[in-house]
Amino acid sequence: MSIAVPQTLNKALEPFLIIVGSLTVSMVLFGVFVASAGADPFEVYQTMYRAAFGTSFSWQNTLIRAAPLMLTALCTALPSYLGLIIIGGEGAVVMGGLFAALAALTIPTAPPMVVLITMAFVGMVAGGLWLTIGGALRHYRAVNETISSLLLNYIAIALLNHLVTSTFRDPESLNHPSTHHIGEANMIGLIPGTDLHWGLVFGIVACVIAWFLMHHTVFGFASQIAGGNVRAAQIAGLPVGRLILIVCFVAGAAGGLAGMVEVAAIHGRANDTLNANYGYAGILVAFVARNNPLAIIPVAVLLGGIRASSGLLQRTHELPDATVLVMQGIIFLVILFSETLYGRFSRLQKQGAS
Amino acid sequence: MTNGVPPDLQALGITKRFGPLTALKDVNFQLRSAQFHALLGENGAGKSTLVKCIMGYYHPDEGTILLNQEQATIRSPRDAQTFGIGMVYQQFTLIPNMTVLENLVISKAKLAPLIDWQKEERQLAEFMEKMPFKVSLTARVSSLAAGEKQKVEILKQLALQNRILILDEPTSVLTPQEADEMLGHLRAMTLTQQLSVLIITHKLREVEAFADEVTVLRKGQFVGSGKVSELTVSQMAEMMVGSAVTAKPKQRHVQSTKVPKLVLHDIRVKDESSVEVVRGLHLTIHEGEIVGVAGVSGNGQRELVEVLAGQRQATAGTIRVHDQPYQPTRQKIMRHKMFCLPEEPLQNTCVGRMSVAENLAFRNFDVEPHAVGGWLISRPALRRSAYDLIERYNIKPPYPDTPIQSLSGGNVQRAVLARELSADVEILIIANPCFGLDFLAMEEIRLQIVAARNRGTAVLLVSEDLDEILELSDRTVVMFNGQFVYETMSSDADLRIIGRHMTGHAT
Repeated sequence: MSIAVPQTLNKALEPFLIIVGSLTVSMVLFGVFVASAGADPFEVYQTMYRAAFGTSFSWQNTLIRAAPLMLTALCTALPSYLGLIIIGGEGAVVMGGLFAALAALTIPTAPPMVVLITMAFVGMVAGGLWLTIGGALRHYRAVNETISSLLLNYIAIALLNHLVTSTFRDPESLNHPSTHHIGEANMIGLIPGTDLHWGLVFGIVACVIAWFLMHHTVFGFASQIAGGNVRAAQIAGLPVGRLILIVCFVAGAAGGLAGMVEVAAIHGRANDTLNANYGYAGILVAFVARNNPLAIIPVAVLLGGIRASSGLLQRTHELPDATVLVMQGIIFLVILFSETLYGRFSRLQKQGAS
Repeated sequence: MTNGVPPDLQALGITKRFGPLTALKDVNFQLRSAQFHALLGENGAGKSTLVKCIMGYYHPDEGTILLNQEQATIRSPRDAQTFGIGMVYQQFTLIPNMTVLENLVISKAKLAPLIDWQKEERQLAEFMEKMPFKVSLTARVSSLAAGEKQKVEILKQLALQNRILILDEPTSVLTPQEADEMLGHLRAMTLTQQLSVLIITHKLREVEAFADEVTVLRKGQFVGSGKVSELTVSQMAEMMVGSAVTAKPKQRHVQSTKVPKLVLHDIRVKDESSVEVVRGLHLTIHEGEIVGVAGVSGNGQRELVEVLAGQRQATAGTIRVHDQPYQPTRQKIMRHKMFCLPEEPLQNTCVGRMSVAENLAFRNFDVEPHAVGGWLISRPALRRSAYDLIERYNIKPPYPDTPIQSLSGGNVQRAVLARELSADVEILIIANPCFGLDFLAMEEIRLQIVAARNRGTAVLLVSEDLDEILELSDRTVVMFNGQFVYETMSSDADLRIIGRHMTGHAT
């Protein structure tokens, strides 16, 4: 047993060190970028910290942005347990938001609680089915799930734009085609004592449930076998196809819930603000969190903070609005590169130890 | 291709070791100029190792290669090429989406930075004129049949001016007609002194029909050689598999009852390229009986095991277990306790990055006590069961939390065996259980298999090692070309007859 302890420590330490290292490298690279744009990198980081985590107001701003990221990150993290790389979170958000809004509009007279539950249910089913298409194409037709889920995003966005500019358009939404408003009474409330809506709670709860599902249940165990080695799963008699479809559905449901929250907590209607790149940023969150649902929570907060700081950066350093997207892109690339470091690090440690 | 006859090739006293394993021991071999020579032997006899030593892939630990009585130092296949030795592999090495012309040109050792395609085409067309068989230069390789591709592989070697051609089981991907045509052409080229041919094969029919001389290896050692015209098929088969059973059958406590456990009826299976590789198998295995399936690998055994394990679908036929129709769903696997120990267990039935404890639980993670209430995994219960199995089956290192991929081959095998035997297995499918293991581990695993039989388990044992089959099984069937062609009680097995059937020479 004395040998097993350092091994587990090492196992936990390696991803932590690599991720902290990658984030540091990303910060240096981004520092070079803002310096070349004429700003002082140290001041920029100070401003970002202030804007993201400096005050209770900025914390709230950050957490509001983090909430949908937690849900969309699950769209990528959960299928990864089955060895699938799915990047269709954006499509799930859009479908979830669209159908949640339409569901609310079909029952205008129902009590608000019923409307909200219906919206959540319909949104989750819509998002879930959307990602299940990608999983089914993969399992039954051997279509690459990464490509198909990416393309499904565009179809979802096109469908949204089509429906809100035609059949379901509110005639009063002149310069911003949208559905009708779901009604102020039906909007999701705030967490008492804060300016935060309930989406944050949904996000955290969803991540914890996802983690529990994949790490502590029979279903999660079976999924890990199927994701680790399909041939082993076949010998164990596991229904690999069914596992893929269910996990994709659950993942998509998380994205659909994010879309529902966007509609019910913020916009009140479905329109093109649903496709605000939360789905794509969720991929980044999942990657940085190494697809671990619990790690998604802090990573989403971090990325939410980066995104929350864009406004203040623009005002105080005259940096363009898209600067934080550059940072996001740098982190993404560095994290992708750091994937190649796993294993080398532990070998180095072993050599050093022996 | 114009100057003189092909050189005389000799390998003297070749020994090659891989760690503790001696793959070749003091092997002598001679390929005389312009002869068609066959190298015979069972799987693992050392045929491929020998030709790889000649080609410079491996460096023999002892022994020398002589070309026309002069010592030749061949360090790499590129060196072999300068000596005029070329090899055609079992698998195609052509690039499918390029034309024949492009494939032939890029195989040249030296390529000009700018390729003069017209000149190349002219030269290759002239070369093709002199060849006994033709392939269209402009055809795309992917559109060619297997026989045509094999021809291109050979043409590629001839275009490189090689005079000695080594072919590693060249006919395994061909139909009998294609094989005969290709071997006939090669035979003709040896008769006109253009070429020496060394062919590795298991098929005695081809040796008899085309080869001048034959050399036989068994377990890494030279057994004999001679002119094909002076040897009978039974003599060659006997040289391949030996005449005496070297291993003693394992102790059996109980006679097998006549209760059928597993019944296969007309099983047919197609491989990835829709070729029928299992062609109508019938087999019944009884309680407390080990049935060994002997045969040269590639005769459909792998696909048969995959069907029984649930990794592949049969195209036709029925499997009945305990007199009920059987599909490999988890429910039925568990109800009938039909488990499987396939070859390469780490790749086939483990998840390398999951822990030993988790891998040991693949059969029973979803039942009490591992699954509390049928849905909640109990890690402590998994570890307790793992400690128990680790101790009983002597798995090392004895830590349930180590990833299974860090275990040695023998320990992975032990772990999988522990898992598959633990739940009172009723039917066990085993493929090459001792492949790559050292003697002790091998012995231990064989004892476990016989112990399971003595407890009443019905065992199907597929193995390339004939000794293993005769040591373990009650009954032996021989699989050739997707069918069971011969069956005998292991106690009255005649190796010569088995050898003949394994090599497709029934009469």
